[in-house]
Amino acid sequence: MAIAKRPSTEMGQRLFEYAAAPEATDHLKIADSYALFVGGRFVEPHSRRRFATVNPATEETLSEVAEADETDVDRAVTAAADAFRSWSRLSGAKRARYIFRLSRLMQERARELAVLETMDGGKPIKESRDVDVPLAAAHFFYYAGWADKLEWAFPNRRPRPLGVAAQVIPWNFPLLMLAWKIAPALAAGNTVVLKPAETTPLSALAFADICQQADLPPGVVNIVTGAGSTGAAVVGHPGVGKVAFTGSTEVGKQIQRATAGSGKHLTLELGGKAANIVFEDAPLDQAIEGIVNGIYFNQGHVCCAGSRLLVQESIVEPLLAKLKSRLGTLRVGDPLDKNTDVGAINSRAQLEKIEGLVNSGIEEGAEIYQPECRLPERGYWFRPTIFTNVAQSYRIAREEIFGPVLSVLTFRTPDEAVEKANNTPYGLSAGVWTDKGSRILWLVERMRAGVVWANTFNRFDPTSPFGGYKESGFGREGGLHGLAAYVELS
Amino acid sequence: MDVRKTYKLYAAGEFVRSESGRTYKPDGQNNVPRSSRKDLRDMVKAARGAFPGWSRRTAMNRGQVLYRVAEMLDGRRAEFRDLLGGGRAAGRQVDAAVETWVWYAGWTDKLHQFAGTVNPVAGPYFNFTLPEPTGVVGVVAPEEPALLGLVRRLAAALCGGNTVVALASERAPLAALTLGEVLATSDFPPGVVNVLSGKREELLPWLASHMDVNAIDAAGCTADQLGQVQEAAAGNLKRVVPPGPGAEALSPHAGLDLMEFKTVWHPIGV
Repeated sequence: MAIAKRPSTEMGQRLFEYAAAPEATDHLKIADSYALFVGGRFVEPHSRRRFATVNPATEETLSEVAEADETDVDRAVTAAADAFRSWSRLSGAKRARYIFRLSRLMQERARELAVLETMDGGKPIKESRDVDVPLAAAHFFYYAGWADKLEWAFPNRRPRPLGVAAQVIPWNFPLLMLAWKIAPALAAGNTVVLKPAETTPLSALAFADICQQADLPPGVVNIVTGAGSTGAAVVGHPGVGKVAFTGSTEVGKQIQRATAGSGKHLTLELGGKAANIVFEDAPLDQAIEGIVNGIYFNQGHVCCAGSRLLVQESIVEPLLAKLKSRLGTLRVGDPLDKNTDVGAINSRAQLEKIEGLVNSGIEEGAEIYQPECRLPERGYWFRPTIFTNVAQSYRIAREEIFGPVLSVLTFRTPDEAVEKANNTPYGLSAGVWTDKGSRILWLVERMRAGVVWANTFNRFDPTSPFGGYKESGFGREGGLHGLAAYVELS
Repeated sequence: MDVRKTYKLYAAGEFVRSESGRTYKPDGQNNVPRSSRKDLRDMVKAARGAFPGWSRRTAMNRGQVLYRVAEMLDGRRAEFRDLLGGGRAAGRQVDAAVETWVWYAGWTDKLHQFAGTVNPVAGPYFNFTLPEPTGVVGVVAPEEPALLGLVRRLAAALCGGNTVVALASERAPLAALTLGEVLATSDFPPGVVNVLSGKREELLPWLASHMDVNAIDAAGCTADQLGQVQEAAAGNLKRVVPPGPGAEALSPHAGLDLMEFKTVWHPIGV
């Protein structure tokens, strides 16, 4: 019996229509303004200043948050130092109990946190609901389990906490980055002063409420909101024993200079320009999904995003055809809609940075492709973008764009793929797509990157160390290595 | 007037009387099932059936289930304290039992990092070794302490992904049988844990010689019983963990003693 041939071209070009499926927000209470969380209480800022945090999908102000000045930061560090004396002497088993509580409370309040994260940051609800929040809770659960096992984690090395940990986190995964920072710090017996990013402070303030609900001793976790100058005050405070920063390579270098000679322990998780390498024997449909996940996940606001696609020459044409067709099915728009794949760009400043780099790509001679899609009238949006005809010297192939923009380059031999993939000052992550296991491991040996994903991309787990080579920073977060970043060892 | 409880076995996720219909009165007051060989075999069958599902759960998920046991047990502290005779020593035993579940809940996703290795073999191969659960484990609980003795062995065995058939303390089985009620409300799939009560001399030979049991934690065996168990275990090369001086300590090795180690070779080359 003959099988009727499906008119594939028509199907591929038809725009799928979806009814709106917005996530409910009525269970969420966002206050008109927030104070600083210092010593277990919400306290008015000494600075008397506040700034607005905006929903990037609507440009509406969600709330006003306090801007901590040096005095505020000093109070937070003092509270953390006071709390350190008892927290560090508490038995590991008791610390574990508190951290397990935090994890359970985050699970219980998961939907509230997910909606808040999406409203404040612009990421699709399906990502905050299925990735950010569950992973954040899992991090606390995993490190709770280490709190009473430090002697097993570092046998014969007398693990001791470092004191007050100053932690500055970015806006791309606000709650998850908070978890990466706070969970191992508390498990090892440190106390914390954390500064969330100025565009996404709300989930950290919700976490402060969770700390209260968990009866966490006052001062163990302190949250100070603000922008760069607040961050500099946190990092530069002399009462701090450990600095952990996730953000741009530029600021990371400033922090390394600022902490030089201070004796502070330092870990940095910085930018990236990951190569996602597709060999001709790769399962193509699977690779397409991996490429899309690699660069369009979270609007490309991912330090380990697969922003440089390296394709073996023999499959460039079929791969690009499939990739472009797949881009046509991505839903760009309301982050609170459960069908949305690509949400809002986090801020106007970030949108302008993306636009600037994309224009440079066009000017330098690359060929741009963007699918047709309707964008909302208000808010910050950028279409999923592919650049072909990209030379390694172009800015779009060298600089971190931190947006939904993919640069496609090609290679002929495995050696050439390695050469091009490593041709960057960054070294955070890499991806490889091939049917041959031996080739994956061959490539893994040659990648100068802290994480290599094989036939998958953008996977994260609390047990799995994450961090960069070269100018992507030093130190690891996650797993046993992530715990080591918060202890002094003999 | 109070409503009194009928103590039952916890088998395949259900509460059942012994198929033999027999009971005994360890405390001179309560009738407790005196399990038969058939009860034991039914439980081994249930444990075997539950093994693929439980062992393939993510380590994270097993940790959540073990932590749930701590939550459920914590809520019934007073009841267990009374069952163990009341008083501060009983209270401390219950506290330690809760702590034991929390402690092993934290090990489920750390055993690999603690005991797994990547082996730098002299050739183009990626070579690594990881622990895996051994299968169905028979746990012989110590006579004393009636709750904590069982919990220590149970939590360690379950942590690594094994399924368990546990023999309660013969003299004081009430806490173990009541623990079954805690386990039943802690999200274990049916059959992962089974608890039976009865006479050691009747049950041990059948547990030790059962061809579908992979290992025996002999924590509660006397020296004579241990010898008999070890001899019968040879029938299918069961691993037998003898009672030892370290048995009371919280240790990842209590879990790892009931695990296999698998080494994987994979070529490296373009």
